[in-house]
Amino acid sequence: MKNRLLHFTFRYGTLIFIGLVILFFSLSREAFFTFDNMMDILRAISIVTFVAIGVTISLTVDGFDLSVGASMSLSTVLTATLMVWYEMPLAVVLIVPLLVGAAVGLLNAFLIVKIRIPDLLATLAVMYIVNGIHKTYTKGYSIYNNMPLQDGTTAPGVMLKPFLWIGQGKLLGVPFPVILMVIAVAGAHVFFKYTRWGRQMIMTGGNEEAARLSGLRVKKVRTLAYVASAVFASIGGILFAARIGSGQIDAGAPMLMDSVAAVFVGYSVFAAGRPNIIGTFFGAVLMGVMVNGLTMMNVDYYKNDIIKGIVLVLALAVTFIHLNRKRA
Amino acid sequence: MGAKENASVLRMRGIAKAFAGVPALNGVDFTLRGGQIHALLGANGAGKSTLMKILSGAYPSDEGAVEIDGKPVALRSPAEAKRAGIHCVYQEVDTSLVPHLTVGENIMLDKLASSSGSGWVRWGTVHGEAAGVLERIGLALSTRKLVRDLTLAEKQLVLIARLLSMNAKFVILDEPTAPLSLEEAETLFRIMEGLKRDGIGVVFISHRLPEVFRIADEITVMRDGQRVWTKPSEETDTHGVVRAMLGRSFEEEYPKLQADIGEVVLSVRDLAAGTRVRGVDLDVRAGEVVAVVGLVGAGKTELSRLLFGADRAERGTVTVDGKPADLRSPAAAIGSGFALVPEERRKEGILVRESVLHNLSLPILKSISRLGFVSGSAERRHGIGTVAGLGIKTPGLGQLTAYLSGGNQQKVAIGKWTATDAKVFLFDEPTKGVDVGAKSDIFRIIGELARQGKAVLYLTCEFAEAIGLADRILVMCDGVIVKQFGRGEATQENLLYYASAGREE
Repeated sequence: MKNRLLHFTFRYGTLIFIGLVILFFSLSREAFFTFDNMMDILRAISIVTFVAIGVTISLTVDGFDLSVGASMSLSTVLTATLMVWYEMPLAVVLIVPLLVGAAVGLLNAFLIVKIRIPDLLATLAVMYIVNGIHKTYTKGYSIYNNMPLQDGTTAPGVMLKPFLWIGQGKLLGVPFPVILMVIAVAGAHVFFKYTRWGRQMIMTGGNEEAARLSGLRVKKVRTLAYVASAVFASIGGILFAARIGSGQIDAGAPMLMDSVAAVFVGYSVFAAGRPNIIGTFFGAVLMGVMVNGLTMMNVDYYKNDIIKGIVLVLALAVTFIHLNRKRA
Repeated sequence: MGAKENASVLRMRGIAKAFAGVPALNGVDFTLRGGQIHALLGANGAGKSTLMKILSGAYPSDEGAVEIDGKPVALRSPAEAKRAGIHCVYQEVDTSLVPHLTVGENIMLDKLASSSGSGWVRWGTVHGEAAGVLERIGLALSTRKLVRDLTLAEKQLVLIARLLSMNAKFVILDEPTAPLSLEEAETLFRIMEGLKRDGIGVVFISHRLPEVFRIADEITVMRDGQRVWTKPSEETDTHGVVRAMLGRSFEEEYPKLQADIGEVVLSVRDLAAGTRVRGVDLDVRAGEVVAVVGLVGAGKTELSRLLFGADRAERGTVTVDGKPADLRSPAAAIGSGFALVPEERRKEGILVRESVLHNLSLPILKSISRLGFVSGSAERRHGIGTVAGLGIKTPGLGQLTAYLSGGNQQKVAIGKWTATDAKVFLFDEPTKGVDVGAKSDIFRIIGELARQGKAVLYLTCEFAEAIGLADRILVMCDGVIVKQFGRGEATQENLLYYASAGREE
């Protein structure tokens, strides 16, 4: 009986906690539990969820990608400059940042898979390089419509209307980024649960040598995972530019931490104990609900990080107590 | 039985233990006398590890009592057990040693780590005392050598030296000989004899019955969480022990299925890499089981890895059905018709944190997928069929393989290849750490594969298995094949001769 209760707590604890937090804010502030506010929360987490899907993929192959924040920053300013500096058509604006993101992923994979630098160190170095590149590229300025340029003239272009709609528009009352997020979460979940490639990533992360000796081409699998990680971060960057309407430098830096936190909170969802897409999504939801609710309660924004940290510690404690009990 | 008058006696009475309601031990009595080597035998899952974990304080017992010389002792933690003089050397020696410290520091680790005594370390004393202990067990090893440079056998002996430095009265050796070569095992036996002379009681767990009868004074057999009997070793024999372990008579230790031997499937010429494999020639025909025997370090594992593309060969040719095999990676080797059941089962053979179902389907994901989507029903069908066909004992397909017994894990490691169209099966020490019951299952599966016309290469250091199972035996020594025997021609003695001497006189 006691065991079953414990089991239940480990399995559903995080979801129950999310429910309780929502209940608490709803009772405290009338404006909280409204359709509009719920959509606000989901829109707020849509970008971090994309980055977090990337982190989930790299963690699934037992790697860690610290460069996702930098990739996102690069993609944000790249997207903006393509429009503001070079007046490129929408298709180019969307595709080039993804290709550049894929290139960053390939660089990560080259260093980790081929040169065999430990993942944290390799992606740390790449994080610096990419951060440096995106700041050098814009000379340290954020990008906005008709911004003044170094030579005294102003930039010819503006952020395209249809592009901004991606970040700010609505479809049937639902913000478009939320729809994109739901599609991405569902797609990534199906990928891991039902496709051969997803299974290969999980198995490679479980034990690379055993997977290799079972005939998996593990280097290819890991390379793909790092590329996917960087591409998802780049999508996050594009969405960010569309949402804000400008190309902020260093936009991705805080996203790295938030996305990693979401992924690790996700470990505790359904007592998975490993990276999983649904968990990552709920991790992002929990973080979003907390920030939104606390803001409504007039808690100073600078206290948010303390609360996020505590939530993360709680989720990790539940996960690892459970995992260690299972192993004993 | 050599037990000294003043030696201590340890008694475990009515020990019971259950895990999540499943009884693992049921009213077990066990007596260990100082100056005695007491072998504890049983199939995997019989409860011997649980019993020893209770004795060394790793698990609490649900019922029962432990007393030393008539006085009850509480063993609530490994530290309490050590204080009572009970020490255990587990199989995974690396977890108990600090690799970048010296032999001397590792031997004296508990004293260095203890909070009593002065806060200063006198290095002269540390190395002096450590050297004294090493001398006592007759081990010629510098105390200044780093532990990470030692062989596995030497690490084991350092652990034994450590517990001697702490005045152990009772020592548990959990399958110490499993990873050792014959020579290394001999050294260990000499040291065990030394412990015995010093009045220390030794519990010896092993799956190798010949060495048990060589070294043990007394034998206790366990089955299904209960003690079957305890006897002086001269009052029983291999058959008696096996019968007690299995609970039934062991009609045929090595069931050999008759298979038709066909054309040459695998042909290897002058295969070499590094110092371990130095030009191997061999052929295996369809339906044939060829054993490669050799001592630990003869290059058998390296040979199997070369054939499977896990490591790259420097020279040599390998053909399957007359066509050159692509061995640039395991994936390529599988494409050429190879399957490998590796020696390191839990690290390389299976994924312990994945389910039986997912382990079994791993090599055939492509054939059970359509448009990249894995067919759930095809995967389940394959899983159910393999579990039934190989007799894998598991509560369900979703069970993590970590929770299966060693023998059933091995069956999963074999079973994942049975649905591939592999023509050549490579088995590297498939019975290592596997209990007797599962062993004969594995032999049966191998015989079945041969009957289906597969070529089987069986690499082992267990000579008896090679004699019982193989159609031909190749002896490997120092990276080359030195001798070949047909079925019925080899004896353990001449296999050992060629495996260690390596040359024909």
